[in-house]
Order: sequence, then structure tokens, then C-alpha cells
Amino acid sequence: MTLASILIQLLNGLAAAASLFLVSAGLSLIFGVTRIVNFAHGSLYMLGLYGAYSLIEFFGRTPLGFWGAVVLAALAVGLVGVLIEVLVLRRIYRAPELFQLLATFAVVLVIKDIALFTWGAEDLVGPRAPGLSMAVEIMGRRIPAYDLVLIAIGPVVLGLVWLLLTRTRWGALVRAATQDREMVGALGVDQAKLFTSVFFVGSVLAGLGGALQIPREPANLELDLAIIADAFVVTVVGGLGSIGGAFLAAIIIGVAKAFCIGIGTVTWFGFEVSFSKLTLVVEFLIMALVLVVRPYGLLGKPQAAQRAAEPAPRLQVPSWTFALVWLALLALVPLFADRYTTILLTDIVCFALFSVSLHFIMGPAGMVSFGHAAYFGIGAYAAGLLMKRFGLPMEAALLLAPLVAGLFAIVYGWFCVRLSGVYLAMLTLAFAQISWSIVFQWDSVTGGSNGVFGVWPSPWLADKTTYYYLALVLCGAGIVFLWRVLFSPFGYALRAGRDSPLRAEAIGIDLRGFQWAAFVLVGALAGLAGAVYAFSKGSISPSSISIAQSTDGLIMVLLGGVETLTGPVVGAAIFTWLRDVVARNTEFWRAVMGGVILLIVLLFPQGLVGGLKALVARWREQRA
Amino acid sequence: MLTRNRLLAGTAALVALSLVGPAAAQAPIKIGELNSYKVFPAFLEPYKKGIELAVEEVNAAGGVLGRKIEVVSRDDNGNPGDAVRVAEELLSREGAAFLIGTFPSNVGLAVADFAKQRKVLFIAAEPLTDKIVWDQGNAYTFRLRTSTYMQTAMLIPDAVKLKKKRWAIVYPNYEYGQSATAAFKKLLKEKQPDVEFVAEQATPLGKIDAGAVAQALADAKPDAIFSSLFGPDLAKFVREGQTRGLFKGVEVFNLLAGEPEYLDPLKEESPDGWYVTGYPWSELKTPEHTKFLNAYQAKFKDYPRLGSVVGYATVMSAAEAIKKAGSLDQEKLVAAMKGLTLMTPFGMIEYRPIDHQSTMGAYVGQIGVKDGKGYMKNWRFVDGKDALPSDADVQKMRPKN
Repeated sequence: MTLASILIQLLNGLAAAASLFLVSAGLSLIFGVTRIVNFAHGSLYMLGLYGAYSLIEFFGRTPLGFWGAVVLAALAVGLVGVLIEVLVLRRIYRAPELFQLLATFAVVLVIKDIALFTWGAEDLVGPRAPGLSMAVEIMGRRIPAYDLVLIAIGPVVLGLVWLLLTRTRWGALVRAATQDREMVGALGVDQAKLFTSVFFVGSVLAGLGGALQIPREPANLELDLAIIADAFVVTVVGGLGSIGGAFLAAIIIGVAKAFCIGIGTVTWFGFEVSFSKLTLVVEFLIMALVLVVRPYGLLGKPQAAQRAAEPAPRLQVPSWTFALVWLALLALVPLFADRYTTILLTDIVCFALFSVSLHFIMGPAGMVSFGHAAYFGIGAYAAGLLMKRFGLPMEAALLLAPLVAGLFAIVYGWFCVRLSGVYLAMLTLAFAQISWSIVFQWDSVTGGSNGVFGVWPSPWLADKTTYYYLALVLCGAGIVFLWRVLFSPFGYALRAGRDSPLRAEAIGIDLRGFQWAAFVLVGALAGLAGAVYAFSKGSISPSSISIAQSTDGLIMVLLGGVETLTGPVVGAAIFTWLRDVVARNTEFWRAVMGGVILLIVLLFPQGLVGGLKALVARWREQRA
Repeated sequence: MLTRNRLLAGTAALVALSLVGPAAAQAPIKIGELNSYKVFPAFLEPYKKGIELAVEEVNAAGGVLGRKIEVVSRDDNGNPGDAVRVAEELLSREGAAFLIGTFPSNVGLAVADFAKQRKVLFIAAEPLTDKIVWDQGNAYTFRLRTSTYMQTAMLIPDAVKLKKKRWAIVYPNYEYGQSATAAFKKLLKEKQPDVEFVAEQATPLGKIDAGAVAQALADAKPDAIFSSLFGPDLAKFVREGQTRGLFKGVEVFNLLAGEPEYLDPLKEESPDGWYVTGYPWSELKTPEHTKFLNAYQAKFKDYPRLGSVVGYATVMSAAEAIKKAGSLDQEKLVAAMKGLTLMTPFGMIEYRPIDHQSTMGAYVGQIGVKDGKGYMKNWRFVDGKDALPSDADVQKMRPKN
């Protein structure tokens, strides 16, 4: 790269960082105060683009029309954010940690279909910014004038937000709540109003980030998920709740991407290295590096301990008789149900083990994982590759696959257990994404974006019913084993670590070691689920490692109830079954799916099983 | 107490799951269709309309084997695992005779492998990957759409004619973009051995950093660019490239960019002079296309996109296959598909016995701008059979049996 191209790519990176910063700043504010992992933040960004597009068409392509539309779209998105907060989230603030994630996931589905209904499926290419459509020549190269404006807008907004946070009473409250929201509440601040206003400001920032992109990016329906992962990465790299950190992180990531593209393909010692392919994963590499070195992000501070209103309820020892009855019932299904029911149940059984293993780590062990699909996918790929590339018999591949997933968990887990809270969760996501990008691009081994095919079970297992029994036995054993472990001394030690790390260490529990072991255990069992799943499908694709797969796991656990033992199984069953039924005929099935989840969220803030338990308890009380 | 609930919930679930719809004897012939409707709506909404039109026409003409046809559609979520599940559902619960559809390469390949295992006919509609008929081809899978290789090969004559030496390449980083790039480099090098590939950018699908990519390509000072971008990536690349003067004095070749799905959103910024493959629907005057166009516009009050043609021709292929087979037996259907010829809006096509690829062609031309809209000019139709490698090469790639 010449000096000129280095400078230009630097400017490109800064321009790309502007919108990313706005969106991430909003996310960071909202998370800092409300502790909500707001999945719908990307949808707000997408609405910003669509809104700006429509408003510009309405006002006309004049400078006033353009900038008026951008500001109005941002404000309108702010109102959408307020609506989400008031109608949905406010009702579930007292739910177990992370439950709000489920609600925002449902909101994503709903908003996507509303956008499809309103604006149609075709991409909408917005106008260039009136008066700024030309390019400016810098060192013999042309760079869009609008990009330079964007580069300036970033610091301006940073300054404004900084003023708002440091020079106003509202800002003082936000900073206080970010540090210790119970204390702010105890001092008599109306939390509902504070949360709503924070949601408004955060959503305006997301909307503004979207609206400002309209000359650079066509409005389309994939934007929500495209930006949300990056926004989380920026927020975490910068340090949660730190606006300056988000600014710094956005610039680092924007510029790093631009340079990966600028460097292109280089030859080192005879090896061709394509930096442009790195753009698939560079933000996650940066995040992994930053988190390993600085566990609270670049400018973040350790979070104040949350004084949970009430400790997580005691886990009830599972009743093994009923587990057996259930297994027997499930074993009888193929006798009277049709072929497809068996196949759907095979899926459900695999996902049940996947979600139970996720529950083990995020519930009792207290380590939330956003990247649990890594082990599911690695298990699936290990099974497929051991059979196809190493020529092992299918049975051996199936049984060895969990060990491979466990090996990866040993490595990933070693880093992850050194962090806590959302930082830990995001590091698991980083490892999952890094695994995904390797699988996605290593064509000669993993089949690249296509995946591996012809991964069918041995002839004696080929029959769908037989295979279902195999899945039931293996996954059922896995689930029972995990439950059993929870009530061993090891399981109690993990819960002790979750509830009070200090006391646990004081009585001599090697917490980190135990957590690491838990990581490896659930990694191996998620790998088993993946391997069983792979042979039931006959093919494996990178989507088994994707963010979507990890998210599905979280949804299943939360839907069933994170504070119960059987919740994840019920959640996996309901979610898989629901998707099968809902996606069948309805044109807007995503909105329907989102609506159903929202309903469950509002009716059962402890998840389905948790909610049912509460209902039964109340009914008993009334009778007594 | 928890356990009682578990029982209750479980029983309810079992009852719901065991509700099976029985199939009546003289019911219509069901054809199972699956696609990633929600992931690629811009292409697949018109595709679905094409399907509806074809079903209507087949049934108006008396159906096949004395029965009407019905296409049962499912959304596969763009996920191969889900696709295999809904494929199974279509076959075992809906009683579909066989399978058609799919869009992304990985889903198409997964369903193809499933069809092989299940010994069921599968007509892949849109997946462009060459592997589905060659490296991973199987006895039960046929593919309608003009493949990546074919479309790339169609652009080669123009590329060779221009005698450009320095080529830069940009492509979406997954199967389609990778194989388009590989095919282009190989074919061009064969015809023009002194060609140089000076830059190569692989961009994440849907997330191109267009400014940086345009700059990186410009830095390599290419004489010509080969791109396989589409959708939002294409729109962003066009805009950044134009603002930054990347395309000044540089010839650009872009697969698919002439398809209305991807060309129309560009409106007045449609890049003049680009060589593309696509579908100049308003200018086609063949009787078979005029008939299709009129029927489509009468039914939907909208013009067809390429997806519409693909959906229409897929169902027509399915109907013709059933007619020719005279039965719904899988082996007979597969035998009928081999060498099946039929009329489509793009003219006669044949499903080649050698590799199960249809000879459906494509339109090659240049983009022009008129009244603030992009269109295809200087276009010509290239028959698919003229863009395929030699039989010997195909046999080498395709696994035996």
C-alpha cells in the first residue's frame, strides 16, 4: 500500500465507524442502565434507514428535505423504542436475568415482517445527500464528500452525548444508574421514567445511525442482524456503558476492516494470505484479543455487583421415576404416530440436549454463553469429517465427536472462565464466530460454505424410527447425566460459585477450575447433540455453528425457564414444534412466531415451566 | 407437582403431534416445494407468483394424468438442516410426489443429497452451484437454472474481445462467488494466456465495505473488473465506485446484474455499459415469452422478474415430467426427466441425460439507462447448451453411478 492509499483507507474506516459508533453508543447506554441485552437494537437501525428513505421521498431531494428526514426518522425510531419499552420490557424487568433478551428477540421477528409488509421485499436504494453527492480529491484519490461529513458527525455526537451525560441532571442519573441502579432506585428516582427516557435516547441514536447510512446503504431486510452483532462487539470492546470506549472501538474496528481490504492478498514465504477474506471475522478476532488482555473492554470498569432482589430459587432434584415414564412414553410414540412425527421428535431430542447443556452452563454454573453453537457445530463437523475424511465407521465417529467438541471447549473455556457476565458471554460468541469463519472458508477440509454431505448413518440405523431410538437413548442419557451432575458435589460447588464467588473460594473451592471443567462437560455434550443431529440430516453446513444456532439455544432455555431444570427441554420442544407449525402456511410466519413468543413472555415471565410452577403453587395456596 | 405438569404438557404435545391428515384418493397430485422465502424475498416473491401462474395454467389445461396438480410450499429458513426436515415433512406427511425448489447453494446441495438417500426426484430450481450437477451430482437431482459456470462462460466472449490485460475481481465470499471467480479465471486464461489478475476482493455476503473495496480495486489500476456481486452489495459497490471514479475507463463485467431483481433498485444510477447476464423482460418478442408475459401481467398487475420465470419453468418441468413418466413412480419420473424437453418463456430446454443440467439459456448484454431506469441493451440470447463444457469434461467431474 502506498502512503496515499493508507490515508484514504484510514478515512474509509473512519466513515464506516461513524454509524457503527452511533448504534453502539445507543446500545451501550441502554445496557448500562437497564442491563437489557437488546437484540432489537439492530431492528431500530434498520427502521432508521427505511424511515429516512420514505421521508426523503416525501419531502423531496433537497438539502432541507434530506436532513429533515434524517432527524425526523431518528426521532420516530426513538418513539418506536419507547413503545417497545413501555409495552413489553417494562412488564418483565423483574424476570430472571437475560429473560428480556427473549422479548427483544421476538420484537426483531415482528419488526422484520412489519418492514416487509410496509416497504416490500425489493432493496430500496436511497438518494445521495443533496449538495454532497460529489467526491473530494485527496492525494489524487477521490473520496465521497458525504463520507467526510460522516467522519465529522461521529465526534460531534460523541461530544453531545458527553455533554448530556456530564452536564445535565438526567445524565447524572444515567451515570449513577449505570453504576448502581438499585441505589438510584432507593434514593427515590422514578426508575420507570428513567428507563423510558434512556430507551428513547438510545433508540434515537440507533435510528440516526441508520438514517445517516441512507446514501451509503440500500434499505433492506437483512440490516438488522447484519449490524447487531457488530454493535455488540463495539460495545463490549469499548467497555459496557462507556460512550468514549464505544467511539474508540468503532474506530478500531472500522479502520481494521478497511485495512484488511486495502492490504488485499499478500504472499508471505510462498503462501498466499488473503486479508480481504478476514473481513468476515476481524471484529471478533479483535474482540477476543481485547477481552483476553482487558477483561472489561478498553475503557470499561468492573461492574458493580448486582444485588439480586432474591437469590435464584433452589433447584429441585429431578424425579427419576417420572423421567423414566417420559422416556417410555417417548419411546412409544413411533408405534402410533406417523413417520414425520418421529423425525420432528429426533430434531427436538437433539435440541433438548443442546439446550440442557446450555442451561447447565448459564443457569446453575452462572456463565452465560452466546456462542454455544460452537460446540454443537464442532460436534457435527467432527462426526462428519471423522467419517468422510478419516474413514471411521459411523458409530465411532458419532462417539468420538463429543470428545473433539470437548477438546475445543478445553481451549475456549480456559480463556472464558477468566471473565464474567456479559464479557464472558461475548468471548464465547467470539470463539464461536472464529470457529464459524474457519469452517466457512476452509474449503478443502470442511467443504466451505456448502458444508459436508453424505453424512448418513450406518444401514442398521438408517431407518428413521431406529435412528430416533438411538437419538433418544444418547441425548436422553446426556440430559440425565447433566441433571445428575447438578446434584453431585461438583454441581453444588458450581452453584456456590454463581451465588457467591468470594465465599466459595474462601471455603476452598477452586472456582475457576470447576467452571473450566463445567465448560468442557457441556461442550462435549453439546457436541454429542450436534453429532446426533448431523447424522439425522445427512449433511452439515456452517449454519450449525452460526449465531442463529446459538440464539436458538438461548431462546429455548429462556422460553422454558432458566430457573427450572425441565424448562430447557420444554423450551426446545415448544420452540421446534412451533417453528414447524407456524412456518408451514402463514406468509408472515415470523411475525406470528414473534407474537407467540411475546405472549409467552408477558404471560410467563419465568418461562413456561417456571410460570406453570408458580401457577400451581398459587392454586395450592388458595386451597390450603 | 412439577411432574404432573410435565405429564400434562407432554400429553398435549403428543396429541397435537399425532394429528395426521389422511390423503384422499382422487386428490390433486401434490408437488413439494421448499425455498428460503424469508431470507431472499426480493427474488422469491416473484418466484412464488411464477409458480402460481404455472399451476393455474397446468390445471386449466386439464392437469396431468387426469388429476390436478397442487404445489405445497414450505419455508426452509435458508438453513440446510431445516430444509431436510421440511423436505421430509412434504414427502411423508403431505404425501408430495417429489420435490422442487431451493435457492442458496448449501440448501440445494443438502436437499440433493437427501433426495439421493431417499430415492426421490428433486428438481433444483435456483441454486447456481456447479457442484449440484457435477462434483456432487446424483441420479435423483436435476437442475433448471443456468449455472454459475454457464453464466460466466456466456460473458467470456465479450471479455476476450476487449483484450484487457489487467483484471480485478470482487465477489461475495461463499460458494456462488467463489466458483464464479474460479470459472472466470480459468476460462479467460485459456483464451487469453497473457491475462493478469491484479486484485481480488472477497466480501462478506450482504456486508460489503464498498468504499474500501472500491478504493482497493482502484489502487490496483485494473483495465477491467469482474464482479459477481448482487443485491445490496451490488448497489453499494455501484454507488461508491461511481463516486470515486473507479469505473472511469474500466470495463466491468457483473454476473446477474441485469436481472430485474437486482437492476431495478439501482434506478438512474444503473451503471451504463456494464456487461451483464440478466433478463430484458420488456424487450423479448418471442411468442413463448409474450404469452407468459401477458398471462403474468393479467394475473398479477406487475411485470415478471427472473424469479417469476424460474418458478414458472420449474413447475412446468415438474408437470411435463409427470406426463412423460405416466406415473408417480420415482424411477419412472427420473427416467422421464432425463432428456425431457419442454417449452419455457426462454424457449425450448432439455434436461441433459449426461449431467441432469437443463439447457435453459440466459440473456447477455450491457446495462443502459433510460428515463431514470436501468435496462439491458445490445443483448443477445445464449442457449445454455452452448455454454457448457465438453461431455468428456463433464464425465470427469461427475461421479459415476
